[in-house]
Amino acid sequence: MPLPADTDPKLAAYAHPERLVTTQWLEDHLGDDGLVVLECNEDVLLYHTGHIPGARKLDWHIDLNDEVARDYIDAEGFARMCAARGIGRDTTVVIYGDNFNWWAAYALWVFSLFGHPDVRLLDGGRAAWAAEGRAMTTDEPQVAPADYPIVQRDDEAIRAFKEDVLAHIGQGPLVDVRSPGEFTGELLHMPDYPQEGVQRGGHVPTASSVPWKRAANEDGTFKTADELRAIYADEIGLEPSDEVITYCRIGERSSHTWFVLTHLLGFEHVRNYDGSWVEWGNAVRVPIEKP
Amino acid sequence: MDRALPPRLQAIVDEFAECDRTERLDLLLEYANGLPPLPERLAGQDLERVHECQTPLFVQAEVDDADRVRLFFAAPDEAPTSKGFAGIIQAGLDGASVEEVLATPSEFAMGMGLAEVVSPLRMRSTGAILARIKRQLVERAPDAAS
Repeated sequence: MPLPADTDPKLAAYAHPERLVTTQWLEDHLGDDGLVVLECNEDVLLYHTGHIPGARKLDWHIDLNDEVARDYIDAEGFARMCAARGIGRDTTVVIYGDNFNWWAAYALWVFSLFGHPDVRLLDGGRAAWAAEGRAMTTDEPQVAPADYPIVQRDDEAIRAFKEDVLAHIGQGPLVDVRSPGEFTGELLHMPDYPQEGVQRGGHVPTASSVPWKRAANEDGTFKTADELRAIYADEIGLEPSDEVITYCRIGERSSHTWFVLTHLLGFEHVRNYDGSWVEWGNAVRVPIEKP
Repeated sequence: MDRALPPRLQAIVDEFAECDRTERLDLLLEYANGLPPLPERLAGQDLERVHECQTPLFVQAEVDDADRVRLFFAAPDEAPTSKGFAGIIQAGLDGASVEEVLATPSEFAMGMGLAEVVSPLRMRSTGAILARIKRQLVERAPDAAS
């Protein structure tokens, strides 16, 4: 049985308010049967310095990626990962994390690849919870393993590959959510600083630049539905029926924007290109636009 | 590894290698908490950022009057992994000679068994921190490097 949705008025204005919860809702429901809270951070140790009571750790490097191929875990791996955290197929999963929920949004997107029915993000993430002085603990919960079925990953609907992006140029909108310096390619030319092994700078031809952070307030919460529409609809002309592809560097910041477009604004056909610039900027003979 | 590590750094590497997975994370957290704060004279200064670390980390390597390497780091509390790596390097190499630091192989952390709990990609930070320390030392003490 899924938990009730958060009826907070800010969330009610979003297309799918059931995909987001406020810190107050989470505090009220901590310990409820059928709820598992996951913390997913950029920093792998941060969970151990303190987390929301009962929250379980999920590391995007170690727990979500295949150890050998550059790909996500398979159906068996996903079932094992969920089961170990006490998650069943009907569990309500709330994910939060550091750094504006980048990796929390990424984890939510991976849960969506496996079609987990009820997965939600904590608005504002770890920073908002901590700033409000809500309880945190270093105690790690004792977890009773659950049963999770083997469900195959579906990469069709919300994941884009390099070939999809190539075919999309000139056919539909691409949203580059990296910083302006990465979009123009100038960051590759900063002296002395290795740029994560990417050989070429610039962006995918026809992509619009909308840095991910424009969707967030300084406290880490999402902007209101009206503010988001002003950016994505009014400014760059996206429509909810458009087939949109988002990308960044390795797919984490673009998961944030994917969440905004899909769940907050109700776009039906948004795919996240997780290969992103680390793949595109190293690929042979793909077109690159650079001012 | 071909080259020997400075004894204190070697002891830390061995300490990690003897732990199990859970203990390794706890130990890394101890090194994060044990990282000395930035001295007042360096606070507010423009220190070199280690861009290879996922979370912010700044490093300053100096050579004191006794020709010993002194290492200073700044990292926010929200970045315990970077702080932990810095804490290991600070505890292992602060007070060593310039020659010893320059001779420390950048893959020194390979034998710690941390990659399986921290991920191999994140472990690259340790080599990057050391590389930046070495470059600063060469710039500050060119004689010792030649």
